[in-house]
Amino acid sequence: MADPKALYQEVILDHNRKPRNYGTLPNASHHAEGHNPLCGDRIDVALDIDGDRIGAIGFEGESCAICKASASMMTVAVKGKSRTEAETLIREFREMAIGKIGADGLVHLGRLSVFAGVRDLPTRVKCAILPWHTLSAALNAVAKTTTEAEDDPMHAPIGGA
Amino acid sequence: MTALQTAVRTQNAPAYDVERIRADFPILGLEVNGHPLVYLDNAASSQMPRQVIDRLVRYATTQHANVNRGVHYLSETATHEYEEARCKVQRFINAREDREVIFTSGTTDAINLVAHGYGRRFIGASDEIILTTLEHHSNIVPWQMLAEEKGARIRVVPVDDAGELDLDAYEKLFNARTRLVGVMHVSNALGTINPVKRMIAFAHARGVPVLVDGAQAVPHLRVDVQDLDSDFYAFSGHKMCGPTGIGILHGKASVLERMAPYKGGGDMILSVTFEKTTYNTLPHVFEAGTPPIAGAVGIGAAVDYLSAIGMDAIAAHEHGLLDYATAQLRRMKGVRIIGTAPHKASVISFAIDGVHPHDVGTLLNEEGIAVRTGHHCAQPVMQRFNLPATSRASFALYNTMAEVDALIAGIRNVQKVFA
Repeated sequence: MADPKALYQEVILDHNRKPRNYGTLPNASHHAEGHNPLCGDRIDVALDIDGDRIGAIGFEGESCAICKASASMMTVAVKGKSRTEAETLIREFREMAIGKIGADGLVHLGRLSVFAGVRDLPTRVKCAILPWHTLSAALNAVAKTTTEAEDDPMHAPIGGA
Repeated sequence: MTALQTAVRTQNAPAYDVERIRADFPILGLEVNGHPLVYLDNAASSQMPRQVIDRLVRYATTQHANVNRGVHYLSETATHEYEEARCKVQRFINAREDREVIFTSGTTDAINLVAHGYGRRFIGASDEIILTTLEHHSNIVPWQMLAEEKGARIRVVPVDDAGELDLDAYEKLFNARTRLVGVMHVSNALGTINPVKRMIAFAHARGVPVLVDGAQAVPHLRVDVQDLDSDFYAFSGHKMCGPTGIGILHGKASVLERMAPYKGGGDMILSVTFEKTTYNTLPHVFEAGTPPIAGAVGIGAAVDYLSAIGMDAIAAHEHGLLDYATAQLRRMKGVRIIGTAPHKASVISFAIDGVHPHDVGTLLNEEGIAVRTGHHCAQPVMQRFNLPATSRASFALYNTMAEVDALIAGIRNVQKVFA
């Protein structure tokens, strides 16, 4: 097992302390609310999609450091990107978090690879994935989502509460 | 043990030898992330001593067959051991008769048994069930399901800021429609020891039976169901040094006899034809199918183990740990204890300013310290205290002051990481 300390790297602690793009978007074109009922984490993601581009993105919520830092870094990563580029990042992040691809298999994630350590902490995988899950729901115009949904498109292979 | 240690022990003859108790628990020797395991998640599940593990092995290797069936040696042996375990549990909680002790798969199963066997028969439309804000989901959801089916109503006893039940409010909730009270003896989320004896007396004066969820009480206090006068008392094996998959429902025979069977199947019948089935008597009528025989033997061994040490001695030891941990945590800046009732069992829920409990749990785990983080299956309690979750340390008979120190040092480290 990798050193779990690696998970709480300075970049994650920094984004937790000073989350980027934190707040509401008054004129959001897309919006979704994500909830992890197992731990009570809640994330709101709002998007302003201009044509095919994510012109603006904001998030709010109450969550652990892993979830908040993941959300903050996600907003930085997808801002200004096309839908297709965002979907690619969502897919790659998910596959990294559940350990389907290793650090050497990452093409697009860049600094987001700091979250690779969650794969060794099965109960924390959902914390890292929740913002991405919510972004996916917002892009696909699903107003509310949960990490426990039956049709969870990003269902992580972990146990119960 | 060295000769010197033995000599010291003999001379000092300590009343409570925690190191000797620890030596009975093989799992406590484990290393986690390069640190000795500090297991403080006993309210979720406790560990098993060698005496229980060995008993399970002896059962599996020399005594196993199905119970109440064959005339052969092993079936008779297994039946004898199974019933012997029932008698051990009976004595442990001072039940009047052994037939009042029903083996279930756990506390949840025991409460569901009451909701079906008693609730569906005696609770109807517009009737009321009194529960408390402190209840574990297992003592909420079965009643909600019943209330939905019957059109009954659930009334909830509030808690104050310390985590104590509001007894005035409790008494005011009673009316002519009140049919049952469900209350936990000890709160799994906050540690509060509820005044169940007084609550039962009040309910009985109004002819209302009471179910007590004793899952967190039986491992930590001396429980006497005749003294409490509870109508139902439910608890689990795996929280009292026994195996998983076994639990107990104690019910007064007079109440159990009026109930409908819960699960149908083998063993709970006397005769079956397609025209008519005659049900078996207590306790078998509530133990349909092949019961958890090994689990029953295991809980019997756990009862023997705890009894040999003595529940009063265990309670005193754990209280020492609780007082020490409480004093240490109170001194820490940025740490808040959730649940400050004067009467508590060895559970401490806490919040660290600016740090989510899941981050606390992951960082403590890094140092081999196991605590529970989350809503503790008691979401109404979390809502009451406006918290999504807490971190919880819960102590058992084998925990030490040094482990409390490790927890405190671990919390300091968490604060440093998030400073």
